[in-house]
Amino acid sequence: MELVFALVIGTLTATGVYLLLRARTFPVVMGLTLLSYGVNLFLFSSGRLATGQQPILGSTESYADPLPQALVLTAIVIGFAMTAFLVVMSLRNLADNDDDHVDGKQPKRPTEDHKQEEEARGK
Amino acid sequence: MSLPLVVFLPFLGALAAPLFAQGGRTAIAIASSVPALIGLVALFPHWETVAAGGTVLHSYEWLPAIGLSFSFRLDGLALLFALLILIIGLLIILYARYYLKKYENIGKFYALLLCFKGSMLGIVLSGNLLLMMIFWELTSLTSFLLISFWNHKQGARRGARMALAVTGGGGLALLAGILIIGNIVGSFELDTVLAAGDQIKAHAMYPVALTLVLLGAFTKSAQFPFHFWLPHAMEAPTPVSAYLHSATMVKAGVFLMARLYPALAGTDQWFYMVSFTGMATLLVGAYVAMFKHDLKGLLAHSTVSHLGLITLLFGMGTKLAAVAAVFHIINHATFKASLFMAAGIIDHETGTRDMRRINGLWRYMPHTATLAMVAASSMAGVPLLNGFLSKEMFFAESLQLNLPGVIAWLPPIVATLAGIFAVAYSARFIHDVFFNGKPVNLPVYPPHEPPRYMKIPVEILVFACLMVGMFPAFSVGPLLYSASFATLGGEVPDYKLALMHGFNLPLMMSIAAFVGGLIMYTQRHKFFAFHARFREIDEKAVFASVVSRIVDLAHRFTANVENGSLQRYGMLLVVSVIGVAMVPLASLGVFVGESGLSPVDWPTGIAAAVLIVSALATAFCHRERFMALVLLSVVGLIVALGFARFSAPDLAMTQLSVEVVTIVLLMLALYYMPSWTPRDSLAGRRLRDVVLAAITGIGMTLVTLAMLTQPFSSISEFFLENSKSGGGGTNVVNVILVDFRGFDTLGEITVLAIAALGIYALLKDTALTPPPSDGQGHAWTRDAHPLMLKQLARPLLPLALMVSAYIFLRGHNLPGGGFIAGLITSIALLVQYIATGLVPTQDRIRFKYHNVIGLGLLFATIAGAGSLAFGHPFLTSTFEYLKWPVVGKFEVASALIFDLGVYLAVIGATLLALVSIGRLSPHSAIKSPRGKS
Amino acid sequence: MNHWLTAPILIPLLGGILQTFMGYAPMPLRRTLAVATTVLLVAASLILLSMADDGSYRVYAFGNWQPPFGIVLVLDRLAAFMVVMTSVLALFCHLFSLGGADEGNRQFHTLFLFQIMGLNIAFLTGDLFNLFVAFEVLLIASYGLLMHGGGTARTVPGLHYVVLNLIGSAIFLISVGMIYSVTGTLNMADLAVKVPQVTGENLQIVKAGGMMLLIVFALKAAILPLCFWLPRAYANATAPVAALFAVMTKVGIYAIIRVYLLIFGDNAGELANLGMDWLFPLALITLAMGVIGALGADNLRSLIAWQVIISVGTLLAPIALGSREGISAALFYMLSTTWTVAGLFLVATLIANHRGSAGDRIITAPKMHHRTFLSVLFLIGAVAAAGLPPLSGFFGKVLILQSVEPGTNMAWLWSVVLIGSFLTLVAYSRAGSIVFWRTVDGHLNAPDRLSGTTAVAAGAMTALSIVIVALAGPINEYTDATAAQLLDPSAYLEILKAPMVGEDN
Repeated sequence: MELVFALVIGTLTATGVYLLLRARTFPVVMGLTLLSYGVNLFLFSSGRLATGQQPILGSTESYADPLPQALVLTAIVIGFAMTAFLVVMSLRNLADNDDDHVDGKQPKRPTEDHKQEEEARGK
Repeated sequence: MSLPLVVFLPFLGALAAPLFAQGGRTAIAIASSVPALIGLVALFPHWETVAAGGTVLHSYEWLPAIGLSFSFRLDGLALLFALLILIIGLLIILYARYYLKKYENIGKFYALLLCFKGSMLGIVLSGNLLLMMIFWELTSLTSFLLISFWNHKQGARRGARMALAVTGGGGLALLAGILIIGNIVGSFELDTVLAAGDQIKAHAMYPVALTLVLLGAFTKSAQFPFHFWLPHAMEAPTPVSAYLHSATMVKAGVFLMARLYPALAGTDQWFYMVSFTGMATLLVGAYVAMFKHDLKGLLAHSTVSHLGLITLLFGMGTKLAAVAAVFHIINHATFKASLFMAAGIIDHETGTRDMRRINGLWRYMPHTATLAMVAASSMAGVPLLNGFLSKEMFFAESLQLNLPGVIAWLPPIVATLAGIFAVAYSARFIHDVFFNGKPVNLPVYPPHEPPRYMKIPVEILVFACLMVGMFPAFSVGPLLYSASFATLGGEVPDYKLALMHGFNLPLMMSIAAFVGGLIMYTQRHKFFAFHARFREIDEKAVFASVVSRIVDLAHRFTANVENGSLQRYGMLLVVSVIGVAMVPLASLGVFVGESGLSPVDWPTGIAAAVLIVSALATAFCHRERFMALVLLSVVGLIVALGFARFSAPDLAMTQLSVEVVTIVLLMLALYYMPSWTPRDSLAGRRLRDVVLAAITGIGMTLVTLAMLTQPFSSISEFFLENSKSGGGGTNVVNVILVDFRGFDTLGEITVLAIAALGIYALLKDTALTPPPSDGQGHAWTRDAHPLMLKQLARPLLPLALMVSAYIFLRGHNLPGGGFIAGLITSIALLVQYIATGLVPTQDRIRFKYHNVIGLGLLFATIAGAGSLAFGHPFLTSTFEYLKWPVVGKFEVASALIFDLGVYLAVIGATLLALVSIGRLSPHSAIKSPRGKS
Repeated sequence: MNHWLTAPILIPLLGGILQTFMGYAPMPLRRTLAVATTVLLVAASLILLSMADDGSYRVYAFGNWQPPFGIVLVLDRLAAFMVVMTSVLALFCHLFSLGGADEGNRQFHTLFLFQIMGLNIAFLTGDLFNLFVAFEVLLIASYGLLMHGGGTARTVPGLHYVVLNLIGSAIFLISVGMIYSVTGTLNMADLAVKVPQVTGENLQIVKAGGMMLLIVFALKAAILPLCFWLPRAYANATAPVAALFAVMTKVGIYAIIRVYLLIFGDNAGELANLGMDWLFPLALITLAMGVIGALGADNLRSLIAWQVIISVGTLLAPIALGSREGISAALFYMLSTTWTVAGLFLVATLIANHRGSAGDRIITAPKMHHRTFLSVLFLIGAVAAAGLPPLSGFFGKVLILQSVEPGTNMAWLWSVVLIGSFLTLVAYSRAGSIVFWRTVDGHLNAPDRLSGTTAVAAGAMTALSIVIVALAGPINEYTDATAAQLLDPSAYLEILKAPMVGEDN
């Protein structure tokens, strides 16, 4: 179980980081979301994994560590606020530079890839 | 008390002077001479002590931590310099009164001049090396401003910046040197330092300290190879040149050498560095002076040469040489100041300083001519004038050096050579300017004598030259003695100030110098032809181009490093994290702790597999944005399930509701954005990023694995025990949120609130037109608000409100709480917006979201502050058990009010944010009456 | 329990809430209330300073929960110092903003006050996760403020700033998770107790966590190679915001001092002085980079933005060496440089407003209006920033230079700092002489008039450098005491035993 959990966190982090390093705002936003999933799970698991021990007094005889849960809840909320703000920033960027590149307006240079794009579109 | 007064009065004067500017030049000149007069009076009573070789010390504590104190110290040397600064300063003030034009900014001029005078006095009167350092740099700054007084001239600006760069830079070196000395001695008090000479010279750091200190002195005193700034400082108004570049500022460097003579001098290093620098400067200055056509240029280079002479004398290390140096400081100050003033008068009256045009002025201004000629002869070292006496001493000393072999001949030869040049350029100054035919098309013609009072300062100085020259012992004897006494720190060799020391080698040298000099002058055309072969280099231009090259380099370097690419910055961040975490994690390796691995059950395994796959898929096809978004939501969903699976119901619910809102948000964003990401980064960078991502992923996996399999105990026991008794709730997570760590939650909702307000502000006047169709080219549906949805939405609202109320109330004991309830309510309202559109919903919802947010924060804060009334700290909760007919027995904790705050803040924030985004597009942006929520 | 400790947090919080309600109230009223809040804040922070000066630790346990279980505020000399520095800065920036910078966006004062609240939480909190929350509060507010004032110029730098800091927050959470997963606590004092006991594999986890935390703080403090987000962001921000941001990098430095002296200090056993050996060279390189950037800057604001980076490097070098003198010197210099740089930002903006289309670019332009006044302010600021006597920067630098023991470190620090100051001097003299003196004929089209408030605010902000010199003695005594207090964390741990209300200890 622990290994599976670790792999999940690893994957989320890796994919998140990869998308964060992309050149357009939307992938960056998605990357950030993925990363925060990973981070939340990680923070959550810092209280160790427990099955059927929800920290509601009286519901079971032993309880999972409630503190990380509380922390993660805070983290989720803050993460949500931040994501929202980032989305808006990227919309603003789009509006100001009518380009969604993270560095603002880019000189239109036809690279190999762009040509490929055109072909892909053409078909 | 009197010494600080002497130093600080000029600064006060500088503040006051501009006020007199209205009163005209005379008024301001009188006003600004007051500080100097008071200063002289204040110094007078100390003469007795100082003449007897004593010192006066006034010391006050300032910043003991760095050994800095307001201590002022007067001894012979300090007195000599103070007198030079004050007296010549007075003359300059009088002179400037007539030199400056009416329309010029005299207020600024006199203020700066007084600031400079104060700093100069500070240098010579400081009894603490750090304090001296402060005044030292102040002179650099003030002189910078004085040189650039006519800042509309490019030459003045460049000259000033060059002077500042050289002297200021030297000052920093001096600072380092002084700090080292302070470390060695353990104090910056001058008395202590001067007493600790042997200790300093014995110390390992002595060579470094000496080099740094000398750097400071040489830059200030325009010693070779730093001499180039001085001639260009001549762009300043002539009073400034006469003051700074003959009598005061450039003398600060030699003063420093005299001041620290007991502490630093007397070693081989000192001898070689100082004397050879001096020799070089002496020659270079004298040589160049010969070929300058500019009157002030000639004087400037001769100043350089004379400073070299003084430096050389200090370098020789013999006591008599030091005396000669001090003596020459006095003499040079007098004749050079008067010469500069004369040059200024000539410039003033003829409108030019070019000696090729100024000829035969004797006919027009005999009075000035006489004065100038006397001063110039003193510069050349003509007998009966003060220049002659110190030069004789210099020649004599140059013979006393016991150097090995041939080098022994170097100093006397150099001295004589310099003497020859000196005579030559002095002769040129006299003959070219005042005789040598008729003036050549002068801008001002015919020239005539300047105003009477403009000559007075010159007359006084020239008179001094004669007095000293003819009755040295009487006129300067005592002063020179006490100054030398202070310089040498005690025993002064017996020397006698006489007009003639008989017919000896030094006299031969003088005679040689004269004959040679006159011959050189008569043959000057040959020399000029010879000199003309070399290209004249303009240091100003060089300096400017060097600076601009440096700036250019720096600019290009910066542009390359800080290239405004987020991808690079992000990469750097990731790399640095990997860099620091790599080492410990590598040594951790694949580690499974004592508690070991637990078995995987099928549903979890499958869910995990799906999550991993869809996460990878999201990354893989992120360029198909809509697709990626769908996959992303799958991931979020499973994460929520995961929380539920691992006994965190609250997290599950929160994650779920946040997920919904986030996806709505991203959908909205995607509506405006291109639905297709072009491939910007080339294969290389993509590969690099994949590698980085993989490393971070592996790192996280390893940590998590190690972490999860280690036994562990935390502070949470406390929460489980006290949740019911102390927090009045059985849902420990919720109790932590609203009670144990309620302050976090307060911060959290503040963040939410700020985010919403920020978003609103950010989008207030932004408009975006969405692309006409989605990525696949399907146009958007015409039907903005489908009927079915509308029908569904209406009844949904009250239902959702009930649900959220229920979730809210039970939150304290069962999964739920203000945050989740808030999100559910907002989702319900969102549905309304989607179903019936912005404006109608806006009209049904009769409140501003800002206020909802504010209310939420207010409730939370008040709930927290309530406890203050009972002397309990902020956010202390109390709870009461209530019986409600229907709901039954449950307790209302004050934390409930807090949670209500959370609830409101969440609703307000979420809706404000999403509505602002929704309003972006011109289609939906039909402003409703009170639309500016 | 001493309720004053909450004042620096509750005052701006309530003030901010008030502002949210008053989105549509008349401008004068909102301005009055907003500035009144900051004035109150200054008063409160001065009271805290006088309390902290007795050298004891004061604890405030939210919810009356005994640490380490509840969240505590801890007031010591350092915290009080930072709070005072910030609130004074905030006051003048706020005054300046009344000159019109606060228009065009109803949320300005709200964001401004919440920003200060976040800063003060960060300085006062004694809980690691709460520090994270504080960072988020001040960051989200700073995002809003950074974008304040419209225009498209600040969008991209703002976006970069946001993204990088979001990654930073993620790293912060990961480190907290790592540390909690081993020590099982979040209270800093408790961590200081638990960290030395960590052994075996756990050691590696905590080490990784600690180092990653350092990266987060380094990002905030703008240490090379994580400093490149700063110049454009600051250079493009509105004047009062840029000036206020002068303290943002100092938050990162504060966090480094706090966490790495308390939790990973000399007593941390295996993990003692974690990462400090990395920090010293990085600090010097940062300084060098800052100098190069300043030399290459083509407008005043980015010149000053690079000055921020210079001061970060200058500050961290002695901190990394960790001697008492070093830390004291760094704190003294921090006070000086923060206020000076803020003042320069304000002055640069005034200059830009009076040079027509040339703005604050370092180019020839028609003679500006109010040249004398502005040039004097700039001169004071530049002298203080370049560390020339007689202004505060010089004393800070001398303190720093004197704080190092002779040896290679000294050689490096001295040469970098001194050569750095020389080149900064060149940069400032070049910029100043071009901007103020190299003028061409021609008239400026309709320059804004110099409004009283802005002039006063900018003037006062720059004049603070002189005040520091006048009070150099007392200030230095205070920083000395602070450094001594920081280097003896054992007293800090006593807060764990602090009695709660209603307990009889």
